[in-house]
Amino acid sequence: MDDSSVMRKIVERSLRQAGIELEKVVEASNGSEALNALHDNMVDLILCDINMPVMDGLEFVRAAAHVESAKNVPIVMITTEGSESHVVQALTAGARGYIRKPFTPDQVKEHVLPVLGRKP
Amino acid sequence: MSTDTSFVTRSHEENWLPVLELAVEEVFEIMLGCRVKPMAQSEQVPSREFTAMVGLAGSLCGILTVCCDAKTAAQIAKSMLGDVADSQAQVADALGEICNMIAGNFKNKLAGTDERCLLSVPTVISGEEYSFHSMAEGRSIGTVLLFEDAPITVCLQLQN
Repeated sequence: MDDSSVMRKIVERSLRQAGIELEKVVEASNGSEALNALHDNMVDLILCDINMPVMDGLEFVRAAAHVESAKNVPIVMITTEGSESHVVQALTAGARGYIRKPFTPDQVKEHVLPVLGRKP
Repeated sequence: MSTDTSFVTRSHEENWLPVLELAVEEVFEIMLGCRVKPMAQSEQVPSREFTAMVGLAGSLCGILTVCCDAKTAAQIAKSMLGDVADSQAQVADALGEICNMIAGNFKNKLAGTDERCLLSVPTVISGEEYSFHSMAEGRSIGTVLLFEDAPITVCLQLQN
């Protein structure tokens, strides 16, 4: 989930480079779109930006905690907001990982594989 | 106490240009796999066929802009996507995201600033025929860097 379609493609490519098989990718450009998508799709992982129009990433994480199908789905933030307070807010809200932009495919691998129960 | 960090940060503004240049270099190296280097100031004004901007608010208040010509913007998008961009909108999207990452990377490097400085979502203008009037009437720092022999202007205008 990112308001930049270019960034969504880069994240998808990074996941594939990390060796994660992607059966289906559901894209959303903000938190509200993502919440709607969660009602129609079962997902194993959510990657989420913070600064987005309509509904930002932190609001989304809080809201997703109340969506039955998403309660146990790990959420990893990928964002330019690198401050400690943002990290704390995201992790307190329920995110399981935090990646700062700019990022390398190795950083995606390092943060995403553990939340999927795999070794990086 | 709430203004202390801002004061301390501002007292170090003289050192911000290398920080800005480093922020730009890191974004290009990590996200595009390309090295950019500051170029000597030339008399030729770099093109601004594409201008991306991100606002900063809080302890650091102002606007960061990234300008380049259309060909360079398309090349940036291609480097990010690994393929030619589908549309001008995708080119603008790529340049906006570069601007966003530079702004974020820059403020994250300033101790005490990142905690209380928020970024806007990016805006991108295509077309050179415009005048830029920033309400941030304060200091500005800027640099021109070469990306594949084409100049890219990065400028941070700060409110007093």
